[in-house]
Amino acid sequence: MDLDPEGLFRDDSDSESEFYREKDSTKEFVVYLVDASPKMFGAARSDEDEKPETHFHAAINCISQSLMAQIIGRSYDEVAVCFFNTKEKKNLQDLNGVYVFNVMDRECLDRPTARLIKELSYVEDTFMSNIGSRYGIVSGSRENSLYNALWVAQALLRKGSAKSVSKRILLFTNEDDPFGSITGATKTDMIRMTLQRAKDTQDLGISIELLPLSWPDEEFNVSIFYAELLGLEGDDISQFLPSAGEILEDMTDQLRKRMFKKRKVKTIRFSIANDICIEVNTYALIRPTSPGQIMWLDSVTNLPLKTERSFICADTGALVQEPHTYFHPYKNEIIKFSMDELSKIKNISDGQLHLLGFKPLDCLKDYHNLRPSTFIFPTDEEIVGSTRIFIALHRSMLRFQRFALAFYGSLYHPQLVALVAQDEITSSSGQVEPPGMHMIYLPYSDDIRHVEELHMAVDANAPRATDDQIKKASALSRRIDLKDFSVCQFANPALQRHYGILQALALGEDEMPEIKDETLPDEEGLSRPGIVRALQEFKISVYGENHDQEEANTAAAKGSGSEASRKRKAMAETAARESASYDWADLAENGKLKDLTVVELKYYLTAHNLPVTGKKEALISRILTHLGK
Amino acid sequence: MARNKEAVVLLLDVGPSMHSVLSEVESVCSMLVQKKLIFGKSDEVGVVLLGTDDTCNELQKEVGGYEHIVVLRNISVVDGNAVDFLQNLPRGNFRGDFIDAIVVGIDLLIKKFGPTNKGKQRICLMTDARYPIKAPYEGTKEDQVNTISQMMQTHGIRLDCIVIREKLPEADLRVMEENDNLLDQFSRKAIAKIVHVDSSTSLLGALKTRNISPVTVFRGDLELSSTMKIKVWVYKKTSEEKFPTLKKYSDKAPSSDKFATYEVKVDYEYKSMEDPDKVVPPEQRIRGYRYGPQVVPISSAEWEAVKFKPEKGVKLLGFTDASNILRHYYMKDVYIFVPEPGNKKAIVAVSAIARAMKDMNKSAILRCVWRQGQGNVVIGVLRPNISSVDNIPDSFYFNVLPFVEDVREFQFPSFSSFPSSWQPNEQQQEAADNLVKMLDLAPSSKEVLQPDYTPNPVLERFYHFLELKSKQPDADVPPLDGSLKRITEPNPAVFSHHKSVIDNFCKNFELKENPKKKKSSKRAWRGKPSTFSEKEEGVDDFEAMMARRDSSKWVSKAIKDMQNHVSDLLENSYDGDAYSKAIECLVALRKGCILEQEPKEFNRYLLGLYEKWKDTDLANFFELLSSKSLTLISQKEASDSNVTEEEAKNFPVKTELKF
Repeated sequence: MDLDPEGLFRDDSDSESEFYREKDSTKEFVVYLVDASPKMFGAARSDEDEKPETHFHAAINCISQSLMAQIIGRSYDEVAVCFFNTKEKKNLQDLNGVYVFNVMDRECLDRPTARLIKELSYVEDTFMSNIGSRYGIVSGSRENSLYNALWVAQALLRKGSAKSVSKRILLFTNEDDPFGSITGATKTDMIRMTLQRAKDTQDLGISIELLPLSWPDEEFNVSIFYAELLGLEGDDISQFLPSAGEILEDMTDQLRKRMFKKRKVKTIRFSIANDICIEVNTYALIRPTSPGQIMWLDSVTNLPLKTERSFICADTGALVQEPHTYFHPYKNEIIKFSMDELSKIKNISDGQLHLLGFKPLDCLKDYHNLRPSTFIFPTDEEIVGSTRIFIALHRSMLRFQRFALAFYGSLYHPQLVALVAQDEITSSSGQVEPPGMHMIYLPYSDDIRHVEELHMAVDANAPRATDDQIKKASALSRRIDLKDFSVCQFANPALQRHYGILQALALGEDEMPEIKDETLPDEEGLSRPGIVRALQEFKISVYGENHDQEEANTAAAKGSGSEASRKRKAMAETAARESASYDWADLAENGKLKDLTVVELKYYLTAHNLPVTGKKEALISRILTHLGK
Repeated sequence: MARNKEAVVLLLDVGPSMHSVLSEVESVCSMLVQKKLIFGKSDEVGVVLLGTDDTCNELQKEVGGYEHIVVLRNISVVDGNAVDFLQNLPRGNFRGDFIDAIVVGIDLLIKKFGPTNKGKQRICLMTDARYPIKAPYEGTKEDQVNTISQMMQTHGIRLDCIVIREKLPEADLRVMEENDNLLDQFSRKAIAKIVHVDSSTSLLGALKTRNISPVTVFRGDLELSSTMKIKVWVYKKTSEEKFPTLKKYSDKAPSSDKFATYEVKVDYEYKSMEDPDKVVPPEQRIRGYRYGPQVVPISSAEWEAVKFKPEKGVKLLGFTDASNILRHYYMKDVYIFVPEPGNKKAIVAVSAIARAMKDMNKSAILRCVWRQGQGNVVIGVLRPNISSVDNIPDSFYFNVLPFVEDVREFQFPSFSSFPSSWQPNEQQQEAADNLVKMLDLAPSSKEVLQPDYTPNPVLERFYHFLELKSKQPDADVPPLDGSLKRITEPNPAVFSHHKSVIDNFCKNFELKENPKKKKSSKRAWRGKPSTFSEKEEGVDDFEAMMARRDSSKWVSKAIKDMQNHVSDLLENSYDGDAYSKAIECLVALRKGCILEQEPKEFNRYLLGLYEKWKDTDLANFFELLSSKSLTLISQKEASDSNVTEEEAKNFPVKTELKF
């Protein structure tokens, strides 16, 4: 199979593909269970002039974004979207108040399709007329819509074994007390039934996660009901969702982050000294997203093709088995290596991370980088006490501004790494940087090039900027300041375009979407008078007053000065003149071109800017093609 | 003749003070030659030794002097012999004069090439420069260096000098300082680079063993705005040197075939799914792009028409505080932006911005499209690189940053939220503090294991093994060399030096294997009942068993067991002493059957009980049931039931048997 034939997004080599892929490749089945009670449609933020934002909208938004990410990334995961507290019902069990949302050509629990994403993002427009919203649990009725919803979700997740598939129910609601409207024995009974249902579901290996939406003035109280449903105790509750939703965007952000399932790359041992060896999980938090594999199709049937690989002996042309011996030419000989020997050469360590020592952070230079970093976080799962040591080292490293130098003896790519401690950073939209260490892959001397030495001036100092020039540059940088710049604020326009096109084609739309390229400089901002003046002052300071004029002069001198270009121009003129004296169409018509000399044929070709290489026949056929014969 | 053909003269000090590192000198030099044998077959190499017992060089014969310098190998195209020479360097017993050796090296190059081959000639000196050099016949040593530099410059000869000083027992600091100054003078007056290394490991990485002709990624304007542009050239600063790609071997070639390649070609055929024998020709293939479960076919021409096509150019988006860009966001290998060579204006402009950024601790954000037709854009961060060498202009490093799509925002618990048993106490924190402080790899600016001087142990080992195999085809993979082990394992010398700190650290922390291991999911089921252990706890056991979800059989087993349990109670009851117990159990059973949607199971059982015992002395039990309103499960309670509310209310009196 051919990966990304244009090579636009190509990674360096095949052996590294593992690095970019997570090992934990289990499939995931998710049911998004969205509360659709009238409370969810109440205005969560009351901007005077704007349309009120609802919690329902926030939930749909999160789900759409997450589906979009899934379709781009791990598209083998399967999802279902299910509303509860609805007027209409649509589910296999025919339970009241539960509506399973789906589109055509798709099972209820299935991989997300372009159509699902599209229709889901418009679901609000027609929700009231098609699905409807009502309070599901009201006094005087034994109807329990939450119970029903959990049951439907559990039934949707029936397929697939819990071992190979991770199953989750993500529950979006802003009601912290779903049974608040009823009282007495009915209430206790219904609560008990619902809890039992949730427990059943969890016992089947399905995890239930709550994504609570809070009101600005009233925090979602997990301990009223949901703590018990989720099985939270003590400390868990306090850390569950501390920040109230002051700003809906922030809350949406928090929810979006919580919707990701953490996938670790692997668990490795980190040997610190003597017998002290702790365990850490590694996570790939930053990896380039590529547009994914392509498949070869038969253009007639549009069916996928099967790729068959065969090995052929270059000397005899015989078909051979996949060879297990490799060779490298050396000193006019063939040096053979077995697979075993090759893996022995590469195997210089034991797969663990070995601490070598510590260095101050400024020893880590800007050019000490090769690949995206890997995040490490401690785990006590197999070695109790790992987390304690990790936290202690983490704190010390932050305190003394040092990083750890370590050797990561991974089998396919052993490398020196820098472990940089990162303190937790949080904002109103939740955790921005998780606490832990980032493993930065360091280059070896073989990988570093001393390019700057190429253009060394001999016996003369390179010019340096004067203080005044530096001052002008400082003024400029203060002017063009990106105050709130955060890494990864830009969407990749190439990828956006790629998926935009695919989505349009998948839905059979004719219009190709216009994707805005966010990465272009802010021309408007740059043309503000202050900036223009700072730029101008800096320019005069480093280039002098008449720079543009000087440049123009040099360019002009270059343009007219080149001997070769003048000659070329003269030749083209001659050719055009000569070429005009023949009636080419007539010559071609009567097959007389072959009577002309090569020189004559070339007049035509040169005059029409065509290549003049090749034999006489080639020239003739080129002329005929050009004439349209 | 190859365009990039290079000539190198290795000047190797084999004097007594060098003996301890000679084996590393041997391996780094043979590595250089080995790589030339593979990547630069027409490069030429000469070897000159200094500090030898003998003297053998043309200058000595011509003009005298130049003692203890031996030309081991004249400049000639690399071959296997050169490796042999270099792997078996003689140990000398005299103090070599490195200035003399440089002159001998220059002499060799001039005699061989004359005025040709400028800029592709290199002298590579490895010495500890520990002993004084001889005073020249006329003028000062400085004058002599100037004259030599002049000569090197006119002939386009570069000097790479590696000064190795591991530990300095009885060293003469004054002499070394003088020597260092002389060598530094070369770097000012000629194209020369002086590198100081202090360990055998760094020595292995100090010499560039492979020449890669640098290629610019981009030449053009760095656009601060549409009116202010700086001419720059962009190169790769780091790029991983890969493990060599080996060819697949085929033994099919007849032994008589002198031109056999022994290669195996890999051929791909695309076959249709329906008809496995049909090969689909390339022109009938079309690319399919996955989008969720769909595969969207798009031809290259179509794709070309719609795909993203940004304009070539490098544009500034703005400056920002360096602290806004954390180190771990650097995505790839690193680029370097150098001002257009020879363009004074560009050099000054880059210098001004770089220095301003350095002073204010700022970074610049750029958007780059390196070449026309490139299908994507790159966003990255520009960092100042202030040159420490007078004749090298200031430049920038450029690192690629991720896009939104490239980042996964996993959430991790705060360390402070962990239970106190996971938190280090004060004493433990102090032990960790000491470890981090003391296990210092960069004490007083003597940094060890700098990436710039650390060789790739895997490549070292591969080339070493390759050479070994060329002589001894059945050789075993040799163990990792001691100097290379300094890279992959902690240095025992450093660790034993700080033994007390490490011991204290180890003492303070305790680690143990988790006995429970991974099986946590199964563990949750352990300890749950699979039979009703004691009669007294019938209800609890029943509820626990009903709640088990590892298999659906538990529900039916629980119901069955409960039914037997109730029957037992009733059968063994004497004068109603077990009634209350039995009723308690029936209530539980009834509730369970409603929850599990098994009303028929309960109704059938209750009616069976009634049928069995309605005419016995247990009949009063059923009266008790109705007084406790313990009755059949109605349709209202469980939809699967076919008992109406009315019928349930009237149980046991008027119930018709309909099961």
